[in-house]
Amino acid sequence: MALSGMRGLSVFISDVRNCRNKEQERLRVDKELGNIRTRFKNEKVGNIGGREFAESLAPDVQKLLISSSCRPLVRKKAALCLLRLFRKNPDILNIDGWSDRMSQLLDERDLGVLTSSMSLFVALVSNNHEAYWSCLPKCVKVMERLARNQDIPQEYTYYGIPSPWLQVKTMRALQYFPTVEDPSIRRALFEVLQRILMGTDVVKNVNKNNASHAVLFEALALVMHLDSEKEMMSQCVALLGKFIAVREPNIRYLGLENMTRMLMVTDVHEIIKRHQAQIITSLKDPDISIRRRSLDLLYGMCDVSNAKDIVEELLQYLATADFAMREELALKAAILAEKFAPDLSWYVDVILQLIDKAGDFVSDDIWFRVVQFVTNNEDLQPYAALKAREYLDKPAIHETMVKVSAYLLGEYSHLLARRPGCSPKEIFGIIHEKLPTVSTPTIPILLTTYAKILMHSQPPDPELQNQIWAVYSKYESCIDAEIQQRAVEYFALSRKGEALMDILAEMPKFPERQSSLIKKAEDTEADTAELSAIKLRTQQQTSNALVLTDQRPANGAPQVSQLGMVMVPSTSNADQNAVDQRVTQSNGTLSVVDPQPLAQDHAPAGDILGDLLSPLAIEGPPGVSPQSEFNGVPSHEGSVGANDALALAPVGDQESTVKPIGDIAERFQALCLKDSGVLYEDPYVQIGIKAEWRGHQGRMVLFLGNKNTAPLDSVQAVILPPSHLKLDISLVPEIIPPRAQVQCPLEVVNLRPSRDVAVLDFSYKFGTHLVNNKLRLPAVLNKFLQPIQVSAEEFFPQWRSLPGPPLKLQEVVRGVRPMPLGEMANLFNSLKLMVCPGLDPNPCNLVASTTFYSENTRAMLCLIRIETDPADRTQLRMTVASGDPTLTFELKEFIKENLVSIPTAGKPPAPVAQQPQPNNQPIASSDPGALLAGLL
Amino acid sequence: MGIRFILMVNKQGQTRLAQYYEYLTLEERRTLEGEIVRKCLARNEQQCSFVEHRTYKIVYRRYASLFFLVGVDNEENELAILEFIHLLVETMDRHFGNVCELDIMFHLEKAHFMLEEMFHKAL
Repeated sequence: MALSGMRGLSVFISDVRNCRNKEQERLRVDKELGNIRTRFKNEKVGNIGGREFAESLAPDVQKLLISSSCRPLVRKKAALCLLRLFRKNPDILNIDGWSDRMSQLLDERDLGVLTSSMSLFVALVSNNHEAYWSCLPKCVKVMERLARNQDIPQEYTYYGIPSPWLQVKTMRALQYFPTVEDPSIRRALFEVLQRILMGTDVVKNVNKNNASHAVLFEALALVMHLDSEKEMMSQCVALLGKFIAVREPNIRYLGLENMTRMLMVTDVHEIIKRHQAQIITSLKDPDISIRRRSLDLLYGMCDVSNAKDIVEELLQYLATADFAMREELALKAAILAEKFAPDLSWYVDVILQLIDKAGDFVSDDIWFRVVQFVTNNEDLQPYAALKAREYLDKPAIHETMVKVSAYLLGEYSHLLARRPGCSPKEIFGIIHEKLPTVSTPTIPILLTTYAKILMHSQPPDPELQNQIWAVYSKYESCIDAEIQQRAVEYFALSRKGEALMDILAEMPKFPERQSSLIKKAEDTEADTAELSAIKLRTQQQTSNALVLTDQRPANGAPQVSQLGMVMVPSTSNADQNAVDQRVTQSNGTLSVVDPQPLAQDHAPAGDILGDLLSPLAIEGPPGVSPQSEFNGVPSHEGSVGANDALALAPVGDQESTVKPIGDIAERFQALCLKDSGVLYEDPYVQIGIKAEWRGHQGRMVLFLGNKNTAPLDSVQAVILPPSHLKLDISLVPEIIPPRAQVQCPLEVVNLRPSRDVAVLDFSYKFGTHLVNNKLRLPAVLNKFLQPIQVSAEEFFPQWRSLPGPPLKLQEVVRGVRPMPLGEMANLFNSLKLMVCPGLDPNPCNLVASTTFYSENTRAMLCLIRIETDPADRTQLRMTVASGDPTLTFELKEFIKENLVSIPTAGKPPAPVAQQPQPNNQPIASSDPGALLAGLL
Repeated sequence: MGIRFILMVNKQGQTRLAQYYEYLTLEERRTLEGEIVRKCLARNEQQCSFVEHRTYKIVYRRYASLFFLVGVDNEENELAILEFIHLLVETMDRHFGNVCELDIMFHLEKAHFMLEEMFHKAL
């Protein structure tokens, strides 16, 4: 190649030298420059040009390609250039008459131009074959020419094979047409294919062998695609059967792969089954690529008749398989066992063996599924219980085995009662032996099992009862809430005697569901897939055994799983769904219900949500009860100094056309009373919050979720903290990938009491649209309160020791939202002000106490007294006392804000008497949050 | 659409040449290359030339100290790629005369030219 380039140069030099005058010389040079320009232009256009560029230049490039006067080199480049342009903008070639020109191009004699044109053609037909039916006979002609080695120049043969790459490409193009209708063309094509199938021999030269087999495998693929002729098909199977038995690893690999593909296009199970033994040998090959292929093939060829053999083979192999494959193996074995179980007891056997042999790789879904099966099939229950009992006798068993056998024995051990070693006491004994070895999540299951055993031993055996009660009382003070709750509850329940029978009765049958395992299989696919956005573009994967069996949701939203990134729920329906799911899970014993199918019933949004931020979504959207309204002072009151920060209504939404979903103020108020939920949502973005508070510190996590299939650009989240809060936000990425969620942790430190609110200035760009929102963050005063119960002996000395202003402030508040005293007490409790009943002898009064934490004040006790007037519920007298004047004032104002009636959007009542005391506002102008609020 | 990337890596795992036909950030490339090299270099002569990684299939061939790795998608004829690698090596050999790793290192632009020309025309 390099030499030929040099030849051009020397020809040019000698031409120039031979020129007789200046004019001729100039002509020759111009011609050369022209050549250079055309070449350069093609490459440049293809490489650098954008979409508009492609549109405007495509006609010129087309002309170059078709023109017969151009040199082949230029036309080759033109074809490749068009291919690139086409990939950028398919419209450039969707024009009348192009298919005819394409058809002419395929008549090309020059193999270089033909190869380039074929590349272009493959791209065109893969996009839309309908327009190119007229080209189909031309492709067959090309195949004939190559197969017969007619008119093929030496430089286009590779080890004696006429351009194997062009052959492969042509056959690839043919696979984009559904059928070949014309009988004569079809005959011609099949003749060529037949020649390839029969005429390819194994030769010594590796390269020649590879090249000829490349053609052969493509021919196989084409035959599989065109199918129908059963004669050719059986030939293919025979060939593949030969291939999977050869030593040469590449051929064996491809044989296995193509056999798997073949399973999907036609019904050749019976023929392929003959090779089962051979395929199983490959499962033990030292090469993992080959093992994977044979696993896929075994998975694909499995049906009721051979399931037993195949699954047992997989189980046997599991013990020695390498770690990279175990999980996949376990999953596939479980799915096959479920799908093709000849009888259910066999299924239970298989899964228990699976857990026994590869417990680490058996996900919870697998054992949940067994439990479902056993629960739903009464005949199976004694058998399953017996099996579980047998496994417990083993000296060392996997924790998952402990879980499943404890569950099964708890439910069904009474069915075994007459067998030796199966009395309630013995069952308890053997399960309890395992308790010290298991981890926290398993303990609740065991506690449930004990309760069930206790329930089944009627009349109660006092000794067993005492043993179990001893366990419960041990865990009564366990640090894990789940364990503690179960221990306490079961202990209380087990004292109910006969009533226990009703409460702890057998689990009802599970509703029939689609297997979560199959869905899981699909998820693992997604997991092992790419980590980048490219994946989204390449979703149209070809068949693979796993894809075949699963039913993707109809609109198959692309799924990305990525470290640290999770999907975003997109519909409120999905939110609701998550709530259901969560409820079932947190319902103690019900935790066996596998959540996935539930989610699957709904749109893909549901299953996206399944794994993810359910805790967030749960407490999110539901409407806010009126009493929790909070801090919602309307914005026009912003001029009143003390309320500046509160006036910070969301602003961005008037300017931008992106309307938030739900009321931002309401969401904020809801979040003031709880620690997780949705802060903001619009059609593109959802921002969720989860927070934890401890003393004067807190940790918030912002979940910024992109709900779209396009990335969000220029994402910015800036926090404008008021002076009393120290806020550190971690770096927010500038781009949120499609349907991904990023988490931004946020550390909060409270320096001193203040009612000012931190503001999150959040903006992003969607398309050309800049969306900006200023959102209040729920790091409000009551987050730093800790309710505390105070007895009369503590209260009164404190109360008296704080004599009057500025430590104790009293105010008559008017315009109070009328509410019964009970409701007011609830409101106080929800604000973490603990109501202490009985301290005030007057039933119309309310006394509450709490501890406030900040860096300046440390923990400080606050006492509140409310005196209501039964005759006029709209007014009351409030007294607040604490050891810090600012705190007293701020707390008083804070409570007042929550008591006065809050106007519904836009319609304020007569302004409430608000008398800010400037001297108690040390913050003022240096506070960016307040400043910002003022500007708004 | 066929080939996603072409890598030339020596047996110490250093990338000598890389061409990507889809956009990956540098960070992503580095991770991807690391993963692939770890997988492929650990294999022996008796094992097949194809390795599945993420959604790619890596078709690779070893010439002395240099590995040629081509990442393709599922829609590609593996053996055709395998022979394409050989064709490339033969061409380089013809040009450089007994091509070795150093030739590619010191004439990186030529190696790129050849790859580009051949990749476009053959595939």
